[in-house]
Amino acid sequence: MIGRHKHCLGLADYARSEIEEVLDLAVSMKEVLRRPIKKVPSLRGKSVVNLFFEASTRTRSSFEVAAKVLSADALNWAASTSSVTKGETLIDTAKNLEAMRPDVLVIRHSAGGAPGLVADHVRCAVISAGDGAHEHPSQGLLDCFTLREKLGPLDGRTVTIVGDITHSRVARSDLYGLARLGAKVRLCGPPTMIPPGIESFGASVGFDLRQAVEGADAVIMLRIQHERIGDPLIPGTREYSRFWGLSARKAAEWLTPECLVMHPGPINRGVELEPEVADGARSVILDQVENGVAVRMALLYLLAGGHEEARA
Amino acid sequence: MAPVARGGFDMADEIFIEGGRVIDPAAGVDGPRTVVLRDGVVVEVAERVERPREARTIDARGRWVTPGFIDLHAHLREPGQEYKETVASGARAAVAGGFSAVCAMPNTRPVNDSAAVTELVLARAAAAGFARVYPVGAISRGSAGQELAEYGELKQAGCVALSDDGKPVASAALMRRALEYARAFALPLTVHEEDLALVGKGVMHEGAVSTRLGLLGIPGQAEDVMVLRDLALAELTGGRLHIAHLSTAGAVRAVREARARGLPVTAEVTPHHLTLCDEDVAASGYSTDYKMSPPLRSRADVEACRAALADGTIDAIATDHAPHSAVEKDVEFDAAANGILGLETAFPVCLGLVREGRLTERRLVEALTAGPARVFGLPGGTLARGAPADVAILDPAAEWVVDVARLFSKSRNTPWKGKRLTGRCTHTIVAGRIVHEEGRTDR
Repeated sequence: MIGRHKHCLGLADYARSEIEEVLDLAVSMKEVLRRPIKKVPSLRGKSVVNLFFEASTRTRSSFEVAAKVLSADALNWAASTSSVTKGETLIDTAKNLEAMRPDVLVIRHSAGGAPGLVADHVRCAVISAGDGAHEHPSQGLLDCFTLREKLGPLDGRTVTIVGDITHSRVARSDLYGLARLGAKVRLCGPPTMIPPGIESFGASVGFDLRQAVEGADAVIMLRIQHERIGDPLIPGTREYSRFWGLSARKAAEWLTPECLVMHPGPINRGVELEPEVADGARSVILDQVENGVAVRMALLYLLAGGHEEARA
Repeated sequence: MAPVARGGFDMADEIFIEGGRVIDPAAGVDGPRTVVLRDGVVVEVAERVERPREARTIDARGRWVTPGFIDLHAHLREPGQEYKETVASGARAAVAGGFSAVCAMPNTRPVNDSAAVTELVLARAAAAGFARVYPVGAISRGSAGQELAEYGELKQAGCVALSDDGKPVASAALMRRALEYARAFALPLTVHEEDLALVGKGVMHEGAVSTRLGLLGIPGQAEDVMVLRDLALAELTGGRLHIAHLSTAGAVRAVREARARGLPVTAEVTPHHLTLCDEDVAASGYSTDYKMSPPLRSRADVEACRAALADGTIDAIATDHAPHSAVEKDVEFDAAANGILGLETAFPVCLGLVREGRLTERRLVEALTAGPARVFGLPGGTLARGAPADVAILDPAAEWVVDVARLFSKSRNTPWKGKRLTGRCTHTIVAGRIVHEEGRTDR
């Protein structure tokens, strides 16, 4: 359990204390991860199933490593989003996996709400590893963790998220997480990539990158997915990178010297980020990857019941 | 008039409905009356009626007695998808909800674009009894949006209107010719208004709620632009345009303006677009019983539809009864089929608007009876002397919980699953036969 929650399907319903519970535990998990012998028995005898309906290397590997460091058995179930008439339905797949008695089901799916549908049909804990454009809670948590690690408490800090907000589950989970921790969030991107009503999340919205990053403590650059080009949301990557990409020159001129640059990966080098920025001193992109394992260890530990047994 | 055959319980030649409050807006009646039905027609509606001691009577004290409801928009799924519904199960569900007549949409498999399918639907309806079933024929062959269907043949076979429902007529040129050609046979076109390019891959109304749920949105303007286009084409052609399941404030404005200019356009609205909004999709936790086309709109759109129904801009309440099985519905929201059941819950759901003071009792009954009868030129919709003996008897105070296992429809896809509703049809009479009586089952 995390606070009141048996599952982690999104951060929308997570209170500040619940987010902090995960982040605080992730600090110890990161310490474990940095030991020469990266193995603790916390989840020995527990099993974690990674059920990925969308291609993912980074997130799936991150959950897998997290499970293994905690001594849980990890199984990767590569599923295809077959149509309802061909093949197995999501509920059937979930029930079949449930019958194998996993303790945690990690699910990624292209349809918003799919992890919740699975959670309604299984007894084990469910962690969303991203569903449609809804949420990607572990990414939101690892971004909060990284920012908190680098900046200290986030109250009053300003974080700018740039890119395709409409199709980004990362942006939504970041928004919820950062807002709960007291940060101010600015969103920036082409108007075709700003979803209606996003102001109701408590963020400010702008189309001008310079204004959006001015004085920010961190900038999160989102990946531009190639299938969006000619959708017709944007005319092309050339124009996008000119107006919403972060080049070394813009970073030098527009960002404060301390401003961090983040990216959920994988990067389109030369589109949203110039290589000099992605690899530069302000980039904490690889810290995000490492912290991702720590945060996912914390999630698995709390939701697989490791907590109760440690207490007992 | 569509033939009605054997179904039902009673074969009495004469029925006296006593003690009820008769609400018949078309005849301007609202008050305690006895209704006498004989030989399939209404013979008398009066405060005092002599009756033979042995006559068949229905005690309607505390109830409303109204003309049988007429649904302009139902999907009965036969032929082709009998696992979801059949003409018989749909007609049975209809009379359970007080509907004595339903218009059967043509998106069956095969599409009803021929006399053969129309005749099959009518034959199934006649064999089942229960409600009158009026087939609606396709606007385009196969509803493929390419060439006109044979309207003359469809009309002769028994179709009362034309529609490619579920598939908007994308081509303005085809729509123009359809409106023109249908004039020869005096058939109204009942149209599903959505610009599919604007719909894109959207699965719910576009707005703050779709953003929060991370579901792709369908802007209300996808409907508005098509309504505006078709109003212009109706003006060009003099064709009879009926807007199916109108759902947006913009469409309401457009229809209101067109009617003010004297265009003979009509419109219907569903019970769900009058009572549910996009926020209910979120509250349901992605329940696919809240997914339909057009989608549940914003609160402001719901308000506009309510006002338009109250002021007569919208003529009829139509259910868009759309049965789907668990195969289509127990899946991800993105993958789920559009549509929900409507026939058995329409009356109590809309009666809620009366209790909230948003609709008068008279307008509610009118929108379920005389309004739809007028839109397609159907018989019934009134209890005037000589009218068909199609009657709904309704208990406006009866509370019940929607138990999907006890619905007459073959499907269970309703957002009112497990909900407590107030208002229930206790009897439905079609052509002088009692075809539904609460508590009596014929299954």
